[in-house]
Amino acid sequence: MGGPSRGGNAVLVAGTYLTVLAVLVLPVLLVMVEALRAGLGAAWRSLLDPDALSAIRLTLEVTLVAVIVNAFGGVMAAWLVTKYRFRGRAALVALIELPISVSPVIAGLVWLLLFGRQGWWGDWLDRHHIQIAFATPGILLATLFVTFPYVARTLMPLMEQQGREAEEAAFLLGAGFWRTLWRVTLPDARWALLSGILLTTARAIGEFGAVSVVSGHIPGLTETMPLHIETLYNGYQTVAAFAMAALLALIAMATVLLRSFLEHDFRKASS
Amino acid sequence: MVFCLRRRDGLPGLSISIAFTLVWIGLIVVLPLTALVLRPWQDGGAVMLRVLHDGRMYAALRVSFSCAALAALIDVPLGLLLAWALVRARLPGRRAVDALIDLPFALPTAVTGITLATLYGPTGWIGALLARAGIRVAYTPAGIVVALMFVGLPFIVRAVEPVLRGLPPELEEAGLLLGASPWQNFRRVILPPLLPPLVAGFSLAFARCIGEYGSVIFIAGNQPFHSEIAPLLIVVRLQEYDYEGATAIALILLLSALMCMTGVAALRRRVSRGLVARGAA
Repeated sequence: MGGPSRGGNAVLVAGTYLTVLAVLVLPVLLVMVEALRAGLGAAWRSLLDPDALSAIRLTLEVTLVAVIVNAFGGVMAAWLVTKYRFRGRAALVALIELPISVSPVIAGLVWLLLFGRQGWWGDWLDRHHIQIAFATPGILLATLFVTFPYVARTLMPLMEQQGREAEEAAFLLGAGFWRTLWRVTLPDARWALLSGILLTTARAIGEFGAVSVVSGHIPGLTETMPLHIETLYNGYQTVAAFAMAALLALIAMATVLLRSFLEHDFRKASS
Repeated sequence: MVFCLRRRDGLPGLSISIAFTLVWIGLIVVLPLTALVLRPWQDGGAVMLRVLHDGRMYAALRVSFSCAALAALIDVPLGLLLAWALVRARLPGRRAVDALIDLPFALPTAVTGITLATLYGPTGWIGALLARAGIRVAYTPAGIVVALMFVGLPFIVRAVEPVLRGLPPELEEAGLLLGASPWQNFRRVILPPLLPPLVAGFSLAFARCIGEYGSVIFIAGNQPFHSEIAPLLIVVRLQEYDYEGATAIALILLLSALMCMTGVAALRRRVSRGLVARGAA
């Protein structure tokens, strides 16, 4: 192994640290400093405000449902796409990955086109007093769209690699589909599944644009954590806004770290 | 049903997984996107014609596209530097740097938004320094570029990194030993195989940046015709109950992003078929 010369390496390392510090570390540092500007107690109290607590609860509820639906759908789709060969497989994969390239604002807009007052089914819903847009169901739908591909996407390459011999053997030994999936396929793919679930969770908790479009922005009622941050920030409640932001940043960093450990373990296990 | 499939394909679960997958994709992705594609035409061409004569829409699209392109372009050398350091340098704390690079992916956009607005604001850590030099970043188009740079950076690093890992370091050494200057070596030996992943990374970052909303609106100033991005104009149009106007902008953004993604996929296919200088998979 050659590697760069000593002087070149020093320049490279210095440049890297400088970039990482200025672009990536400084923002995170700022979140923490601003959150603790009035002390830990004030930050903590701001999180216990009824509207803040309601935002946290709504975020967790929506995230839980989104993770369950998209993990289940993702497992089904990954099984279908990796265990069988059929025409249109590539198109199906492209469709699954499509939401990644859709702007969050559009991910909210599409639901208004269906369920908003001027949407296709707006009148019908109005007559039957069912509220989807500007209420919790709309927030859930937007979150489902935004977090749609992650579990399927992390599972597919791994399950493709696994082939289908183990499943065929399990089946010959008399196991049915669900049993084979639960006992043979998923245990082998558990790190990828976990990694995908983590990614889904992080995206669901932090989603802003999509949810912002379909939420009524009513504090204490239809505000998720990121939306509540916007309300607080625009209302000049800086400490409270950054306290909530710090909470979300910590969740984000924990997710990144956990996934990097998972990947590390996975690489070690597969090599 | 399961029995006949069992004989034909050897593995059960085909019909179950097809059913669940189609319901899942159909309800969450296909149905709403169908509404997006059909909506602009349902009220006739006249409405669409009015919408397409909206100067504010073209201004917003111009702001979005130019800022996204500029941000992704600035990210290319930065991303290359980080990828290079991760793969080739003796870098103390490599795992930490590696994890930090994914931070913009993971950090909620609203958090990024208020943080960058504060950091680059007139009294912020960086903003105050720049203000003394007479440069304003926050609440100008420059602020949009700064926010998009943050968002786009990991795309470049993660596109280049695997290819760089597959290039033998001996290649560069051979170039130097054969008498090339460092610049010649970079341009003739190192850059050509890295060009496809750099282009791919640029396109991915660009596609993400044109749709970006949360990390931009806090720092952008949001003045129509000047610092108003297209996704924000969608939100404004929705608040005006102008669904056609909102949908038209959305379709243009979506098509642009899809073209970028298709381009990246085509590029990757060409590279893996060996039509372009190839790194490792």
